[in-house]
Amino acid sequence: MIRRDLVIIGAGPAGMAAAVRAADLRLSVSILDEQLRAGGQIYRDVDRAAALRGDILGKDYAHGATLTAGLRRDAIDHLPGAVVWAIEEGFRISYSQDGQGAQIAASHVLLATGALERPMPLPGWTLPGVMTAGAGQILLKQSGVLARNAALVGSGPLLYLIAAQMIRAGTPPAAMVETQGRGDIISAMRHLGGALRGWPYLLKGMMMLAEITRARVPRFTGAQGVAIEGDTKAEAVTFTSAGRSRRIVCDTVFLHHGVVPNTQAARSLGVGHSWSRAQKCFVPAVDEWGQSDIPGVFIAGDGAGIGGAKAAEHAGGLAALKIAEELGRLDPSGCMEQATPLRAALTRERAPRAFLDTAYPPCAEALAPGDSTIVCRCEEITAGDIRRYASLGCLGPNQAKAFGRAGMGPCQGRFCGLTVSALLADANGRTPDETGHFRIRPPLKPVTLGELAAMDAVAQDEAT
Amino acid sequence: MKTASPFLEIGADAGPCVDVTFEGAPLRLTEGANLAAALLAAGVEVFRHTKTTGAPRAAFCMMGACFDCLVEIDGVVRQACMVEASQGLRINRPHEAEAHDDPA
Ligand code: FES
Repeated sequence: MIRRDLVIIGAGPAGMAAAVRAADLRLSVSILDEQLRAGGQIYRDVDRAAALRGDILGKDYAHGATLTAGLRRDAIDHLPGAVVWAIEEGFRISYSQDGQGAQIAASHVLLATGALERPMPLPGWTLPGVMTAGAGQILLKQSGVLARNAALVGSGPLLYLIAAQMIRAGTPPAAMVETQGRGDIISAMRHLGGALRGWPYLLKGMMMLAEITRARVPRFTGAQGVAIEGDTKAEAVTFTSAGRSRRIVCDTVFLHHGVVPNTQAARSLGVGHSWSRAQKCFVPAVDEWGQSDIPGVFIAGDGAGIGGAKAAEHAGGLAALKIAEELGRLDPSGCMEQATPLRAALTRERAPRAFLDTAYPPCAEALAPGDSTIVCRCEEITAGDIRRYASLGCLGPNQAKAFGRAGMGPCQGRFCGLTVSALLADANGRTPDETGHFRIRPPLKPVTLGELAAMDAVAQDEAT
Repeated sequence: MKTASPFLEIGADAGPCVDVTFEGAPLRLTEGANLAAALLAAGVEVFRHTKTTGAPRAAFCMMGACFDCLVEIDGVVRQACMVEASQGLRINRPHEAEAHDDPA
């Protein structure tokens, strides 16, 4: 088995920046990534797409190419299309690539697995034609595929970005159905100082809003009672806004109300997580270097708490520095010296966070869906089912598995975990921390017998 | 099928194409395209049906997390959003039993 100083999981901004920094410090590095080309979701396929669609996607996207370029050196072993399904103490990482199972060993592991869309269970959200806004962005970035007639539903800057990109591409959205209200902006004002320190973001947001207004895309704010109608596919979005009922006819619905850390790999390793009231999600316990409560396991980027792509890049660098220090390749003073500018940049990037989180809170109806709304997409379990489990004495998500199959489908709770925890916490009058989250066990992604057999054959070859 | 798609593919005529079938119907897709994206652009609206209620589903997250894009490719159930279009793929909606087949 190949052994590295550092194995990084995920080739987004955090993973790529960490790989480059670690290689500079002469660590042996492998970076495993599920996607066939580096970039993560934010810079998905940037090496191919920036040249084709850079004008639509903008400068921030093109920046990703500077990071992917850093991976192209002999000192970094980039394994594209590598789906990690187990990480065991020690560390031994099992993954599949090209239909073959394989393993790699490491003294340190950096989880740079990024974010997932916050689950947004609304009536009709499982219909074909309903996708996450992130999926809409991925379609455009990677494939140049645009929705001809889409409604954007939810809250947050990503909705404005995708709207602006759709306008530039000549397919403006049918409407923006925004769930944040005036009150949210007013409460966000107490974080205005941070927002002003992060003024470039504020400016970009205002420019995108101006683009949307110029293109005459209808915007409805404070939307309530949001539902997606349709029999076998999405046909319309219905809601009330400013006291009037509305119905927007559309073929595609892009949902978004923020992103949350993808904690599957960290949880499978037993890293401690706690509820963040500011971000309304569970975040792993890490220190200022991204070091978790398990020696040798680091987490950087959105997977450690949402901060965005630039923050992820700096955090990846910081993790690599500390790992190099632990491995004796960097003395403590050198580590501190290199860390100082990264830390300053990270603080700058995080400055507007509190303002944004308050101005664009998650959609309340999707955090506490109605009884008939499906929350577990895989097993088609409704919010009412979960509340019924609570009335029968179910206190936590793992116990819920004794009552029904919530979280036991192929997505392993990625799109229902937070909702199930929230529903149980609410029904039982307990905190999210007391309620907890699904226990995550390997395989993190389904692995086939063929892939296991191929891995066995390699292991036997090595033994002989 | 192409004109009926709710999705538009920009720069679709650039690059070579491959021939595949979906539920037996021939489709021309851009070689190397993300399969889920290419199917959506080709007008495929339903990727699979759920095993519990038979409800229709299609790609949702496009990043390998939701498993709603499962299709059967040459007999193996895979996430369409994690596969590239290549010549000769025989793509079908998964049979109910197989849609849930995760052997390990
Ligand atoms: S669309 Fe979610 S896994 Fe493919």
